Amino acid sequence: MANTDTPTGVLTTPIFRNNPITLQILGICSALAVTNAMQTALVMGIAVCLVTAFSSFFVSLIRHQMPSSIRIIVQMTIIASLVIVVDQVLRAYAYDISKQLSVFVGLIITNCIVMGRAEAYAMQNGPVMSFLDGIGNGLGYTVILLIVGFFRELLGSGSIFGITVLPTVSNGGWYIPNGLMLLPPSAFFVIGLLIWGLRSLSPEQVETTEYRIRPNTSPLEAT
Amino acid sequence: MGIRRYLDNIAPHFHKGGRLERYYALYEAVDTIFYSPPTVTGSTAHVRDGIDLKRIMITVWLCTFPAMFFGMYNTGLQANLAMADGAGSLAGWREAITMLLAGSHDPGSLWANFVLGATWFVPIYAVTFIVGGFWEVLFAIRRGHEVNEGFFVTSVLFALTLPATTPLWQVALGITFGVVIGKEVFGGTGKNFLNPALTGRAFLYFAYPAQMSGDSVWVPADGYSGATALSTAAQDGLQQLMAQTGWSDAFFGFMQGSLGETSTLMILLGAAVLLWTRIASWRIMLGTLLGMIATASLFNWIGSTTNPMFAVPWYWHLVIGSFAFGMVFMATDPVSASMTNPGKLCFGALIGVMTVLIRVANPAFPEGVMLAILFANLFAPLIDHFVIQANIKRRQKRLTLIDTGREVA
Repeated sequence: MANTDTPTGVLTTPIFRNNPITLQILGICSALAVTNAMQTALVMGIAVCLVTAFSSFFVSLIRHQMPSSIRIIVQMTIIASLVIVVDQVLRAYAYDISKQLSVFVGLIITNCIVMGRAEAYAMQNGPVMSFLDGIGNGLGYTVILLIVGFFRELLGSGSIFGITVLPTVSNGGWYIPNGLMLLPPSAFFVIGLLIWGLRSLSPEQVETTEYRIRPNTSPLEAT
Repeated sequence: MGIRRYLDNIAPHFHKGGRLERYYALYEAVDTIFYSPPTVTGSTAHVRDGIDLKRIMITVWLCTFPAMFFGMYNTGLQANLAMADGAGSLAGWREAITMLLAGSHDPGSLWANFVLGATWFVPIYAVTFIVGGFWEVLFAIRRGHEVNEGFFVTSVLFALTLPATTPLWQVALGITFGVVIGKEVFGGTGKNFLNPALTGRAFLYFAYPAQMSGDSVWVPADGYSGATALSTAAQDGLQQLMAQTGWSDAFFGFMQGSLGETSTLMILLGAAVLLWTRIASWRIMLGTLLGMIATASLFNWIGSTTNPMFAVPWYWHLVIGSFAFGMVFMATDPVSASMTNPGKLCFGALIGVMTVLIRVANPAFPEGVMLAILFANLFAPLIDHFVIQANIKRRQKRLTLIDTGREVA
């Protein structure tokens, strides 16, 4: 593990080494829902990035004033306010994307990454570091969303960011789009393969096995 | 014994320290195809039997042959009938081979039908076998496992469930998904909780619905389109289906559909061998059949004025679509089915019930067998869990009875 106490460490570790999606398996629901096109994935990623960063920042600011018995409610209030701000901004300036993202912007409140960082990091660390930690985790989330979105949009619609790369048959091209890639379950497959690849590259991410399969026993009598 | 001597001669290269050590899995696979494995138990208290995984799998593979050969014949027959009705032939190398070997598109000629069907089935099966076998061997070598004959079964079952006109690259993609995601990522043979052949089939079904379902994919003739028996029943009702295809035609398999799934008779022939050799579980088949009969009868009894599928009786459900194929070959996969005896009955019943439920009540999917079996695969461990818990409870109770009895005495 890289040094997680330095600002760069806090910012970069969550991107691949301690990624919220592929290592901690958090925020999967929205990763399934918004990744059928890269544009929505990017906007969603930015939104989560900002919400995580600012919620961690504010939670960290008032962490000494918060009674621990009601800290969850206070955190939720902060997160919810930020999500409402993000939602309103999207509706005002990017109405089409906001319609495509539909409920999932509102559901950032329930995204485990936001709450998890507030609880696990911001409650113990200063505001600036918490802010960077939020940005880092948001970036980790965004990177995975973009990778998944890349494969799903490319294979499912033959385009990237809405620009046609593989001309589809229905538009006179040659590419037969893979319909499964437009359905949410395909994100499971892509994320699963991504986790497989990441853990093959860095085996320290592999979880310790809960049990060991015994080797074939040789009968005593035969030896 | 030339082969034995040759294999023994090259054996040292494949053992530890040999030049070709990493390809041991391949050597072992070839060796055990020809001869029984060298490691056998010699001590007492062991059941000695010639049956092993390889023989089981090869038997299942052989049992699909009647359905396979009939499938080739029927695919050609349907295409030639369509051509006699005015549809064009699909040109290309398939046409060239058919002309070379059979010389005509005469639907009355057994040979012409068979050759035409074979030009469609053989490439699909070859691609399935080569691509799927590649993954199988790759994982076996990488992990140091044995290459397993289970793949023979997976490949033939996968190929037989496809429509004749499936593009070959889709076949390759489907079997790749089936073998890698359906089986190998979970640890290989014996550790998959889904049927790999059906996983690949389901992948293709959702990824490329235009090539896997509809009216024009079943018969390889140009400009021909016709509904399968199942979609005729769903859209126009049983009367229309009876007028179009008689029950005996459907039972013998003279109708359009996936390559190897049309003939209930040929599938039952395979089933008879599987049951006689006790390789497939009769409990699963019986459960599936009973579940289907009960649900179909229930829908018959309820009745509906808007949905003609409600009126389809169970003996029609048996012969149309891929119910028989799924029941005999897919549901009985010993790895992904339930392991306990009562569990097998429940598992089968779940498949039968779900199949009819999807066929009748769900307008989006005309055929329900594939999804029903995959669904039941997910429930198999849970069913086993309950059966085992019930057994534990029952024996615990007996134990307490004995204990209290002793106290009284």
